[in-house]
Amino acid sequence: MSEHLNLKPNIANADDFYADLLAAHKGLSKDESDAYNARLLLILANHIGDRKVLREALEAAKSKT
Amino acid sequence: MTKIFETPLYPYTRHADQAAKTPVRRKVVVIGAGPIGLAAAIDLAQQGIEAIIVDENDKVSFGSRAICFAKRPLEILDRLGCGDPMVDKGVVWNLGKVFFDERKVYEFNLLPEGGHKRPAFINLQQYYFEQYLVNRARELEREGAPIEIRGGNKVIELKDQGDHVDLTIDTPEGAYQLEADWVIACDGAASPTRQMMGLDFVGRVFEDNFLIADVIMDAPFPTERWFWFDPPFNKGQSALLHKQPDGVWRIDLQLGWDIDKEEEKKPEKVIPRLKAMLGEDVQFELEWVSIYTFQCRRMEKFRHGRVLFAGDSAHQVSPFGARGANSGLQDTDNLCWKLKLVMDGKAPESLLDSYDDERIYGADENILNSSRSTDFITPKSDMSHLLRDAVLDLSEHYEFARPLVNSGRLSVPCTYDQSPLNSLDKLDGPARTRPGSPCPDAPLGDGYLLDQLGDQFTLLIINADAPEELEVDGIKIKRLALSSADDSTNAIKERYLGKATQAVYLIRPDQHVAARHKTFDQDYFTTALRRAIGKSA
Repeated sequence: MSEHLNLKPNIANADDFYADLLAAHKGLSKDESDAYNARLLLILANHIGDRKVLREALEAAKSKT
Repeated sequence: MTKIFETPLYPYTRHADQAAKTPVRRKVVVIGAGPIGLAAAIDLAQQGIEAIIVDENDKVSFGSRAICFAKRPLEILDRLGCGDPMVDKGVVWNLGKVFFDERKVYEFNLLPEGGHKRPAFINLQQYYFEQYLVNRARELEREGAPIEIRGGNKVIELKDQGDHVDLTIDTPEGAYQLEADWVIACDGAASPTRQMMGLDFVGRVFEDNFLIADVIMDAPFPTERWFWFDPPFNKGQSALLHKQPDGVWRIDLQLGWDIDKEEEKKPEKVIPRLKAMLGEDVQFELEWVSIYTFQCRRMEKFRHGRVLFAGDSAHQVSPFGARGANSGLQDTDNLCWKLKLVMDGKAPESLLDSYDDERIYGADENILNSSRSTDFITPKSDMSHLLRDAVLDLSEHYEFARPLVNSGRLSVPCTYDQSPLNSLDKLDGPARTRPGSPCPDAPLGDGYLLDQLGDQFTLLIINADAPEELEVDGIKIKRLALSSADDSTNAIKERYLGKATQAVYLIRPDQHVAARHKTFDQDYFTTALRRAIGKSA
């Protein structure tokens, strides 16, 4: 059975996670924040691993407006 | 027509205490006749404790101010005998819509759980809220309860003498002295009492201004909460539209930090802003305009000897989430039964320290939630702005992003998980009714469970055996025995039994669970009651 990208809520306490994310950026310059985001997405992508799911994620993140 | 907030409801009149040769000693003096002060005095007076409210003004709140009242405070008002006029007049709403730029990105329904007497939320102008509390205080006064509202009475000096508090109160006819066994300071965020006592009030200042307007209009907007992030009519900022009774609409517009407040309040500035939002053709009339800034902060302790702080005087939050007045009512709900037991000599004075434990815990939860909402609504850095906009973009298309959208986490009561008044949970029951929890309502016979609880300790017995009478250390415990036959909707089973077939709950006078057990265990409940009144068990 092949996995699909999960676009349903999946984080137990979304507000706590978002606060952690903002805290991670606290005190960083714009360049440092951009670099942080790049590292973060590579780490998360590696955790996902599945190429098909990653392709779906790359598609889902494209701007719709 | 004169508006209710223009009518002196408790004008100054001379009181015999002002002519007394030696200062008269009163039981409790409540400073401030706002929602929290009135609720405190009503709570005490209806239990027979003298409560004198002093307020330098003589009218209810000017403008709508606090408008969203949540279910738990409405339940508290039921206990105080004035829930009905609030809910009858208030506007019930469940649906919220979130807009980003020109698009509606999603909508949410509060979907209140069935089987509760009170709705999740009502909108009601603070001036009505205060008026109905004043009406209730007057009703109690007529029935002979020891309650009084002294308008035009401004406390200008107070000193805690250890066994009482000395007060100097200024009036239009000069100052007089009064003594009080206890003082409850409900005099708002700028609390003169707190300042007179030299107490700190530290926290975080949010550098933003919000224009707040009450608009009377006949417009086809539905009874919903509409929230805009970065709308075309207020670029780069936020906006909120909410319906109140009497065709009054509440509009909040974020203005940013560097503005001229006096200039922005002028009708010639406000009206074009509102027209841009509502449309050129909509006819409206401005009832009230104000500009507010906010802070999230609290006092280090709410109890200072014989002076107890409640509501905004003790803690302040941003308005997102309706956690101001709603949490203040939970303060007095928590405080008044404890104060009564201490004054009656049935509990040690240290019971009042649990007011600090429990309500500081509540205040911190409210400050955390309202700070997070504020950070989402008004991002403080480029990156938090970018992340915020990404969440909003994604929320239009993907369900996963919607829990991240934060336009205010609406007030819910907190569970006092760490309270020293709780006993060990001895029931394999639902988590929502564990010790420390506020009791969830449920249909019971022709009415509701919560109407049977409160004001005194109650033993709630479900399908179990327990003695007909129970008294511990001079405190009589009310008995409420139910069986599955009383629970036609199964709500009591679902909320209080879970997998268990029977249960016994010890419920505090403020309708929070103190202890629960599968059976009536005499030792367990005797110890639990003692612990719940602050006695070392």
